[in-house]
Formats: sequence, C-alpha cells, structure tokens
Amino acid sequence: MSATATPAIDGWFTTGPEPALVGSRCTACTTVYFPPTSGFCRNPACSGEEFERVELSRRGTVWSYTDAQYQPPAPYIPAADPYVPFALAAVELPEGLTVLGQVAEGYGVADLRVGAEVELVVEMLYADETGERSIWRWKPVAELGEEADQ
Amino acid sequence: MSAREVAVLGVGMHPWGKWGKPFVEYGVHAARAALADAGVAWTDVDLVVGGETVRNGYGGYVAGATFAQALGWNGARVATSYAACATGAQALDTARARILAGLSEVALVVGADTTPKGFLAPNAGERWDDPDWLRFRLLGMTNPAYFALYARRRMDLFGATSEDFAQVKVKNAKHGLANPYARYRKEVSVADVLGSAVVSDPLHLLDICATSDGAAAVLVTSTEYAARHGLRSGGGDVVRIAGISTVTPTFPNTVMDMPNLSTDSSLAVGEPERTFKASIGHAAYEEAGVSPADVDVAEVYDLSTALELDWIEDLALCGPGEAEKLLRAGDTTIGGRIPVNPSGGLACFGEAVPAQALAQVCELTWQLRGQAEGRQVEGARVGITANQGLFGHGSSVVLTR
Repeated sequence: MSATATPAIDGWFTTGPEPALVGSRCTACTTVYFPPTSGFCRNPACSGEEFERVELSRRGTVWSYTDAQYQPPAPYIPAADPYVPFALAAVELPEGLTVLGQVAEGYGVADLRVGAEVELVVEMLYADETGERSIWRWKPVAELGEEADQ
Repeated sequence: MSAREVAVLGVGMHPWGKWGKPFVEYGVHAARAALADAGVAWTDVDLVVGGETVRNGYGGYVAGATFAQALGWNGARVATSYAACATGAQALDTARARILAGLSEVALVVGADTTPKGFLAPNAGERWDDPDWLRFRLLGMTNPAYFALYARRRMDLFGATSEDFAQVKVKNAKHGLANPYARYRKEVSVADVLGSAVVSDPLHLLDICATSDGAAAVLVTSTEYAARHGLRSGGGDVVRIAGISTVTPTFPNTVMDMPNLSTDSSLAVGEPERTFKASIGHAAYEEAGVSPADVDVAEVYDLSTALELDWIEDLALCGPGEAEKLLRAGDTTIGGRIPVNPSGGLACFGEAVPAQALAQVCELTWQLRGQAEGRQVEGARVGITANQGLFGHGSSVVLTR
C-alpha cells in the first residue's frame, strides 16, 4: 500500500504507524459506539445527545472467524483479478463491543482461533481511478502454537 | 381454551422451487389451499395480512392488498408486514391481535416470494449510511460469512465438528424426503456435504440453505368462530396459536448480527439476561404458558446446518454446547426425543423470506393434526417455531392442540 492511500470510508479509523478505529462515546452514559455515531444515544436508559470522538483499543481477542472463498458480490470491489480469498474476523475489544474486519494479508483461518489476540492494521482494500483505498484489518499477534512454547 | 388463543383452521403452501413466476401466483395458490383446508369461503375472510419482501433484484412488493385483489376484492381489511425473515410471524401476530381485539374474526395470512440466484446482495447504488451496503463494500461480508462465524464458535468452544454440521443436513434431507412442498427431496450423505465446496470456512455449500420461490398461507379465526361453525381443523382437536413472540433485542445486543459491522458495547450497561435469540423463544414460552420440556416438535431456521444447533440451545431444548450431543444421539431425528425440522427445514426448502415463518406454522399444524404423512412426529401436541429477521426482528410461534 502506498503512503497516498486514502481510507475507504471517512472518519472510521486513523492511519499512521499505530492506526486505531474511531468510535463515539456518549458524554452522558459513556457507552462507546462503532461505527462512530451522532444524534441520540441508543442506551434506552440514557437521554444523551452528545458524543466525543474516541480511539478504540488496537488489540482485541477473536470472537470468531471465517473466510470468503468465493468473490463477494458488488458493492464489494475485488483487489485482484483473479480473485484472491481473504479471511474475516469478529474481534472483541476491551471497550465491550465486537467489531468485524478482514484479516491482514497473508493470514488465513488456520492462523486464527477463538480467543486469540489480534492487532489492528491498515492495508489496501482496493484501487480505483481515484487511487488506492485503505481499510482496517485484524492481524494475528502471535503465530499459532507459539503460546504453547512459552 | 384460553381467551388469548386463536384457531388455526387452515394452512396451505405452494411448493418451493425456482419456478420463475410472479409471487402473486404462488401466494394465491397457497391462500386458496388454506381456505380449502379450512372449509371457509373466501368471502368470509374479513382481514388479509400480506408478508412483504424488499430486496435486490426483486420485481415488486408483496402486500396484503396484492393478495386481496388477486383473490377478488371482497371488502376485507388489509395489512402488510415487513420484518425480514420474521415477516411471517409478524403478519400472523397482526392477524391475531385484530382477532383477539374483536376487530376481525377470520384472517388470511399470506407470504410469497420470488428470489434471485446466488448470494443475496444489497440494492444497487452507493449507500454509505446503510450497514447492509457497507458490509459488502468495506468487508466483503456475505450472509454465509455471518453463518460461518457462529459455526466456527461452536467448533472452537464446544468441540463441534464439520461431520456434526453435515449430520444436520443428512437428518433434514431424510426428513424432507416425503414432504411434497420441499424443493430438495434427495438423501444426502456426510461425504456429500464434506465433498462440496467450502463457501465460508467451516461451512460447505451443502451446509448453507438456498433461496427459493414459494408461498405459505395460514387461515386464523377466533375460537368462537371455529366453534360456531363446527370447524375441527383436520378432523381432530383444533390447532391453536398459544403464543407469538416478535420481540426485539435488549440493549446492549452483544452478539454479532447480520448485517451489522459491530455489536453494541456492554461496558457502560451490562449484558442483558438473555441474548436476543434466547429472548425470542423465552417470550413465546412465557406467552403460551408452556416450558421447553413440553415441546414435542420444533421448526427452527437452519440458514446453515450449524445454526440449527444454535437454535436448539436458544429454545432451551438443551443446555449451551449440548446440541451436538442431541444430534449424535438421534434425539432431534423423527422418532427421537425432540424432533427438529421434520419438514426438512431450510435444508430441503431453501429460503423464501416472507413465506418461511408461515411455512414453519403450516408444518407444525400438520404435525399437531397428525397429517404429516411420511414425516409424522407421533403424538405431537405442542410445537414451537423460531427464526430471527434482520434488523432486530424476533419470530417464534407456539402451537398447541
């Protein structure tokens, strides 16, 4: 991914050496939301209407994982032709929510298990006429089997 | 009979398949079959509730008025429900509510669909505020990928195997063999499932349900109407709806749900007593005044083989992580302790969204009447359905005889 890549969606994650997801925290009840939100807090016991921007933890644990062996339909934009399958993970963050993401390039389901630690990275999702588009991804922190040796 | 019950006097279906016809044709076919089954004239119907679908590649909208007009305007009131996969249960609940309120006596509930081929995908156009569009654009997250997340959790947490999942398909394929409304009526082996292509690990093509054309209709009346007309619903005791659950989740919803990219956070407000799926069945049991131990037969939404195992636990038919044990012991097979999906389930039908929750009710009605030829659960008196619609729609119906 070149340094000029722009996020595939505005305001959902930061880039740079230590990228992070960007959430919204209700200033009244402190509930954190991702994707970032505005308007009204969805906690039924909260009347909050103000949110502050908050960067979410960069590390979490795998809630579950899978992959996409077939090219998903539009509006998915494949990064390569022919299509290259990729893995997906749902990751529990210390903020108490689970966030989906693709798994970092070079890693597949064999590199994951429920409860394993992963870290957020930003990689290229696709390129179009306007240039490269980036997205957040989950990258396994330890090679599987490594923990057993420790 | 409790004052909160309504009678199911007639049920009818159009066979599931890929017929390439307009949904109205399927719906009218099912509606007429339900009326004939009940022995009630169309002109007696004072309420038509249509199950609607709104989806990609779909040529129109299913609505109560569409069916009422096709059946021949008779002045009946109409209503239309949309609750994704839970549409049928919500339509049925609308009919029941008007009947219990004394505003209607004879209601015809119809769901029908014509479906496109392949992965379900969102509507065309750029919609950056729609999670159903964003999940494809940003993540390439298809419906089977969500099913696969649940399946993988069962493997890593409970020791489920691909063979277990395949065994669900084998069981349901066998159940559906004699069902004249099923699209797929062919025995399947574990090797067939494991030999089919992996779509989203760990799920194979034969672990995942297809999408189908189909229609189902249910004729419900007040219990007074049924008694007054001496209608006995299939010759035996009249089948009654004892409970319908159309609950929504309780905040925070901490289980990843299609088509969302994330869950609610449980940091500021703790997790609710029950997950959304567990709360769906719980509300149905409460309303019906029955317990999981009373259930003789269940029709659950096996969008994937593994999801059937989740539902068995969410309906409290066994404890968490125990569904594979039931499956392996043959408990969920017809003849076992608690047969699940005697119709053959979505494995044999494929999903026709607005019709599917009604199809579950049709099957349980036949089961409770003892009319499920070739797939009868002997002596069944209490049945429960379960499914979950996108965007927080619960669906569970308890039927008793």
